[in-house]
Amino acid sequence: MVPISWYLMLAALLFAIGTIGALTRRNGISIFLSIELMLNAANLTLVAYSRQMGDRTGQLIVFFVMAVAAAEAAVGLALFIAVFRSRRTIDVNRLNLMRW
Amino acid sequence: METLIFLIFAALAVASSLVVVAHRSPVYATMSLVVTLFSVAVLFVLLGAPFLGALQILIYAGAIVVLFLFVIMLLNLQKASAAAGRRGGQLWVALPGALLFVGMVGLVFWRAGAPALQPLTADLVSLKGLATALFSDYLLPFEIVGLLLLVAVIGATVAARRAPDGEASRLLPREDFVGAGDEPRKEARS
Repeated sequence: MVPISWYLMLAALLFAIGTIGALTRRNGISIFLSIELMLNAANLTLVAYSRQMGDRTGQLIVFFVMAVAAAEAAVGLALFIAVFRSRRTIDVNRLNLMRW
Repeated sequence: METLIFLIFAALAVASSLVVVAHRSPVYATMSLVVTLFSVAVLFVLLGAPFLGALQILIYAGAIVVLFLFVIMLLNLQKASAAAGRRGGQLWVALPGALLFVGMVGLVFWRAGAPALQPLTADLVSLKGLATALFSDYLLPFEIVGLLLLVAVIGATVAARRAPDGEASRLLPREDFVGAGDEPRKEARS
């Protein structure tokens, strides 16, 4: 039997890697990929706790998180297409209209 | 055996997620994300959630990643990625932060110890139980998620729509969107 804490540690590691990616990448698509990674790590945590508690609520929440992630990816990528049409770039450093 | 499978796929997940955040080319990063998602799906199966594992491969690795690849192809990002790959000082903030987070979580789990794991029950694994809970106790969230997906489809269609000729896009007015140091882009469309 693999202890649940190993799964939780793995999920924390994946989440941290996703955070590094989301903070350091300039390309909008890469930032999105990192966010998907973080969502997936959170899902792994939920399933791990669901296993430990013997309760399937965690699995149901993962189901909803997946649906929301799909919606987020669709809308976000559509926004990037719209931004690319007007700015010819999705380098987030150059999208600085709202920068103070 | 279970430990061996866990170790193999955990190592695979960490390695491929490092490729996701570190690779210059968005296409390689996306394909590497597929490997990560597949490894996590295997771990879902190990944790007694085979339905979620299948869902993960179908929805994430199947639909969402294909959407990413389509957008990368549509925007032709291979050329842009070289200039966009450089890193700033943010790495030196992000890296200690992430290490601190992993260290703190690890310390908590190490100190707390884990209660003995109960053997998997058929009730937890069964798809029937999951579906019954989804369509009885969680019916309202389920309906709301359906509504959210509808809104997302409509919103994505409107946002990605090509503005008719002669009419500026209502979402992103071109003049307003040009930053201080940038010269206004000439109309490229014919």
